[in-house]
Amino acid sequence: MSFHQSLGSGIVAAEGGGFHAPGPGSFELPPVFELGGFGVTKPMLLLVLSAVLILGFTIAASRNAQLVPGRLQFAGEAVYGFVRNNLARDNIGSEHYMKFVPYLFSLFLFILVNNYYGIFPLLQFPSFSRIGFVIPLAIISWLVYVGTGVWKHGPLGYLKHATMPSGVGGPILLLLVPLEFFSNILVRPVTLTLRLFGNMFAGHLLLILFATGGAALLTSGNLLYGGVGILSFALGIGVSFLEMLVMFLQAYVFTLLSSMYIGEALADEH
Amino acid sequence: MDASPTKGKAVEGSINMIGLGLSAIGPGVGIGLIFAAFISGVARQPEAQSRLQSIAILGFVLAEALFIITVALAFVLPI
Repeated sequence: MSFHQSLGSGIVAAEGGGFHAPGPGSFELPPVFELGGFGVTKPMLLLVLSAVLILGFTIAASRNAQLVPGRLQFAGEAVYGFVRNNLARDNIGSEHYMKFVPYLFSLFLFILVNNYYGIFPLLQFPSFSRIGFVIPLAIISWLVYVGTGVWKHGPLGYLKHATMPSGVGGPILLLLVPLEFFSNILVRPVTLTLRLFGNMFAGHLLLILFATGGAALLTSGNLLYGGVGILSFALGIGVSFLEMLVMFLQAYVFTLLSSMYIGEALADEH
Repeated sequence: MDASPTKGKAVEGSINMIGLGLSAIGPGVGIGLIFAAFISGVARQPEAQSRLQSIAILGFVLAEALFIITVALAFVLPI
């Protein structure tokens, strides 16, 4: 039973004792197996699987590359072209963008695959609904854009670039510099983390609620409750389609914001 | 089991969820305004769509962040 639960999606039907509304506890899965006293949970395995999937896809799409692309090569080139042209080149500028395309491309695919686990049958757990997996991604993005700014402007130059808006002088700077430092250096990684985590968490919680609530209403034995249960399942299907949109959008937005921050760190004084 | 298990009981739950619902109003209005402006901008000048799209998504994301932070706080803070 516990093995089954640890592989489940947190969608555990109400057993006796009435219906328990799903909460943050639904995301705390017990470890699948122990490895030297270190519990390995389902989201960890999913992360490894995503790396294997992405490597397999990109290698399969790029080997035997033809001038006239086949289906797989076309799909790979479409994703790559989307990240390179619409995200990297438009936001970073045509001079330096190629240096950042590998990072942004892997970031985009990694978040996309891990988000779509949330509606993929049998897996059904978006890895990024656990905040511990999102924080390192935001830290890496933070290091990349701060590092880029330091590389371009020097440590003090970047600090000035990030905190002092051009064309402002005098005592107002006393107010502006701490505010800009707070918003540009400290808050950005926090909002990057919370946005991805919050969307995946809230979306998956909604799916759990509609699925378990629908099951509990259908099995309640009351005919009218059963009708509402069917409505709940229908709404759950609707929310799944909304989630498909949100999952893509969050991967897009995380990559877009990362590239915008890099572009801003690279910008010349104006 | 009783036919109506909640009969005679007080309503239970976290007051945080009321705050969560209230905090959805502001970003909801804001996101509506952002996409209304985006649609009318594209209707006036269809060739500017790709330029406007990333700006609209950026505004949407920034407006949504307020609500997402509340989602996190609603579950983290004690009742």
